Amino acid sequence: MGGTQTRVTQLDPDLVERTGFSPEQINNLHKRFQQLSENKETISRESLNRIPALANNPIRSQIIEAFFDKRNQHGSEVGSLEEITFEQFLMVMSHFPPPNSGNDRRGEGGVLFNMHDTNGDGTITLAEYRKVVEELLSKCGTIGQEAAKEITDAAMLEVASTNVPHMGPEDFYEGITFEHFEQILKGLEMESRMHIRFLDTATVHCGKS
Amino acid sequence: MPARMSSRAPAGFCRSLPELGLLLLLVFVLLQGSVFPHGADASADTSHHGGDGCSSTHVKEINRTKKAFPVLSFEYEHIKTPFEVSIWVLFASLMKLGFHLVPRLSSIVPESCLLIVVGLLVGGLSKLIGDTELPKLDSKNFFLVLLPPIILDAGYFLPIRPFMENLGTILMFAVVGTLWNAFFIGSLLFAVCQIPAAGLTHLGLLSCLLFGSIISAVDPVAVLAVFEEIHINELLHILVFGESLLNDAVTVVLYHLFEEFSVFGPVTVLDGFLGVISFLVVALGGVLVGAIYGIVAAFTSRFTSHMRVIEPLFVFVYSYIAYLSAELFHLSGIMALIACGAVMRPYVEANISHKSHTTIKYFLKMWSSVSETLIFILLGVATVGGPHNWNWIFVTATVFLCLVARVMGVVGLTFIINKFRIVKLTTKDQFIVAYGGLRGAIAFSLGFLLEHEDEDMKHIFLTAIITVIFFTVFVQGMTIKPLVELLAVKKKQEAKRSINEEIHIQFLDHLLTGIEDICGHYGHHHWKDKLNRFNRKYVKKCLIAGERSKEPQLIAFYHKLEFKQAIQLVESGAGGKLSSALPSTVSIQNIQPKKPPPAPETRERVLPQLPKAREEEIRKILRSNLQRTRQRLRSYNRHTLVADPFEDGFSDLLKKQKMFELEKKIKEMNNYLSVPAATSDSPTLRRARLASDPQSYNVKPDADGVPTIQVELASPQSPDSVNIVNIVDEVKRDREKDEDMGLTMKPPSAPSKQGAEEDAKDQQKLMRCLSDPGPSADEGEDDPFLP
Repeated sequence: MGGTQTRVTQLDPDLVERTGFSPEQINNLHKRFQQLSENKETISRESLNRIPALANNPIRSQIIEAFFDKRNQHGSEVGSLEEITFEQFLMVMSHFPPPNSGNDRRGEGGVLFNMHDTNGDGTITLAEYRKVVEELLSKCGTIGQEAAKEITDAAMLEVASTNVPHMGPEDFYEGITFEHFEQILKGLEMESRMHIRFLDTATVHCGKS
Repeated sequence: MPARMSSRAPAGFCRSLPELGLLLLLVFVLLQGSVFPHGADASADTSHHGGDGCSSTHVKEINRTKKAFPVLSFEYEHIKTPFEVSIWVLFASLMKLGFHLVPRLSSIVPESCLLIVVGLLVGGLSKLIGDTELPKLDSKNFFLVLLPPIILDAGYFLPIRPFMENLGTILMFAVVGTLWNAFFIGSLLFAVCQIPAAGLTHLGLLSCLLFGSIISAVDPVAVLAVFEEIHINELLHILVFGESLLNDAVTVVLYHLFEEFSVFGPVTVLDGFLGVISFLVVALGGVLVGAIYGIVAAFTSRFTSHMRVIEPLFVFVYSYIAYLSAELFHLSGIMALIACGAVMRPYVEANISHKSHTTIKYFLKMWSSVSETLIFILLGVATVGGPHNWNWIFVTATVFLCLVARVMGVVGLTFIINKFRIVKLTTKDQFIVAYGGLRGAIAFSLGFLLEHEDEDMKHIFLTAIITVIFFTVFVQGMTIKPLVELLAVKKKQEAKRSINEEIHIQFLDHLLTGIEDICGHYGHHHWKDKLNRFNRKYVKKCLIAGERSKEPQLIAFYHKLEFKQAIQLVESGAGGKLSSALPSTVSIQNIQPKKPPPAPETRERVLPQLPKAREEEIRKILRSNLQRTRQRLRSYNRHTLVADPFEDGFSDLLKKQKMFELEKKIKEMNNYLSVPAATSDSPTLRRARLASDPQSYNVKPDADGVPTIQVELASPQSPDSVNIVNIVDEVKRDREKDEDMGLTMKPPSAPSKQGAEEDAKDQQKLMRCLSDPGPSADEGEDDPFLP
């Protein structure tokens, strides 16, 4: 793997600046990428779907979508891709920097927001929010589906009440905008949680995908 | 955390009365200690006067009976111990009450200080009076009776999530910090003792180390007492408090270790090694014992559905036995107790009734509060009473070294810890952590337990321990509050967790787990997720009774939240201020999509949905509209006149059942409504919107002319029963508007009447109003439903 190692950093020296990862971390990620893509240049949704550990995750499809979402590429495009290259993979991963990288990214609610706002119109509507809650409860059978509606309604009501306290009876609250979303997350200190602590060690378990 | 009983200060002239009462009680306490034993002795003496032989006493008795039959006799010995215990407990509680009557005292001086002062006074008074026997802060009493309630209270209500998140930091402080403190203080004290001028050269290294280990541990009782009043942010609280709990294992091991060695001579490497093993055994063993008992308790609670009354007993007894079992093997009893409480809590709470939950909570708070009070008072008493040996150099050196060791330990450890933490500890945080290292009664009791042939040394130690305790509790305890204000340390956020935050936290957990899986790394999210899945799949099924075992966490959280809100609403009373934190006019209709979905969907939504969903919707609408309809409630709410149907308890099931009936009734009423095709919302929503119509307020003037029923603000009304009145109102108004015909109440009420024969009392109340053969269709609609 040594050859690939030097090749990656040579390919794109400013990857380090753009993503905030150290060269070693980028190499580790590259090894993983190779594994997932079976040594091809790009990965598709199926290759991510194949990861067995993800099978238990209720929001699996949304996580996978996030990787293929153009909005997470630090650009201003919308829409989704079919396959992503390593560089694009890295860009998405850069939303979750390792803890001491000094990479103090504010406003990381962005990737979360994009995951909820599936149609890309800039607000999370009631229906989209409901889908999120349904996914979260998707492993729980029918109880989950009924309750999802109530929970979503209550949650939406709360966001609306906090942010737009005085609405007349005929006004309509379209959805959660990014600012409102950040308000919610502020209470949770989300930025401090969005870190993955592993990138320094070699993460590859060869043979396992 | 022990709650403080607070009583509002009565009017000015009354204040002297309780204080007078307290003074009298004080005198009484002292008297009973001094006078009565003498009295008892006197009576005992007389019976032995005649001689030793039983015959003579028998004769004596016969002789005595020849005198007048004692109508009223006095026998104190019989009830002595329970009586004294009760008097002391009563005295302690009255002291607590008394502090809050003095206006500004409790805000300046923490309660622990006041209690120690009271103890000092009592001790001083008793010494003045003379030979009295006061209860000592006996180690046995302390460790077996006074300490467990406080620790159980702390363990049962331990906030698990922040605790687990900061577990590494807490362990570092507890284990490494305490070790550092012990060795630093011990060895430097030994150095100090070598100074000939001190006259302490007889204190060996091991004795000093033993002393160091006693004095180094941060005390949970003192920390709780002081930190409770300053309301700092959760992180700092859990750090200091967690440390005080977990360092018990270290203290136990070190104490026993040094005690052994100071008796048996030199230490070898093997002994050191054994010490380390011993530490692991003590700590992990304690946790294991506690966890086992916790699981057994949870399992027991699964079967208590028919015997709700004794549910709290299981919690208390299992925990206490866990503590005693751990102490049996010289394991860490405190850790066992914490583990037991923390493990059993989620399962037990899912199984027990709401009332049992309240009982457990209040009993724990009550016991821990009384225990704490007694501990501090007795500490004061013991200070005055105990044999002292004041050695200036030793004491000042101890105090100084304690402070220095604490500061150095915290700073050094934080430096290392911050390399591994995401949220770093700032200097302010470090200062608070260092300053919050209070010593307390545990140190004192351990010192008391010392058995050493050198009584002199024991007294020196005790004196020094007491001085340190006094210093930390008084000086640090009193100044920490102003310092927190001065340094502008982040305070505890009062806002409770909202449903949004819960959703997003769960989402984020899953997200991070997923990312870790994609990257192929088994990080701590992965393991946490695995543990949760294991918990859900196997453990919950085993330990939680019935349906609740399958309830996912989000839904359980949501129901709990709803429940709390409903209770809050009822307690605040419909007539009073609405206690919601967000006075807003946003309600359900604001967030429903405006664009009408296609017609088939409309049909779907109008059709009766699954009962539970509908009932929740209704409940929400009712609650959100409660504010607006409050005005009209005043005039015709006869439900306040009837007994509160919810007295039997707010069990979820009961509520849901009622809501179900409610929903059924509304459904039946629906059938008589024509749903205009214009709007696509469900009838309930339309009604809700109409409720906010300005038109609805025109009703009021009419209502005034009619004999109204005064709303009993004091009695809690159920929002459900209250609002059904309005729903019916709105329903009628709807119909009026749409059909513009005279409305007779009879058609809707008839089927409702059929449904009237329900179990719950309130159904019948509702029925009484719904089924009223109402007035004919005119503005008399707005009349109260008077027969």
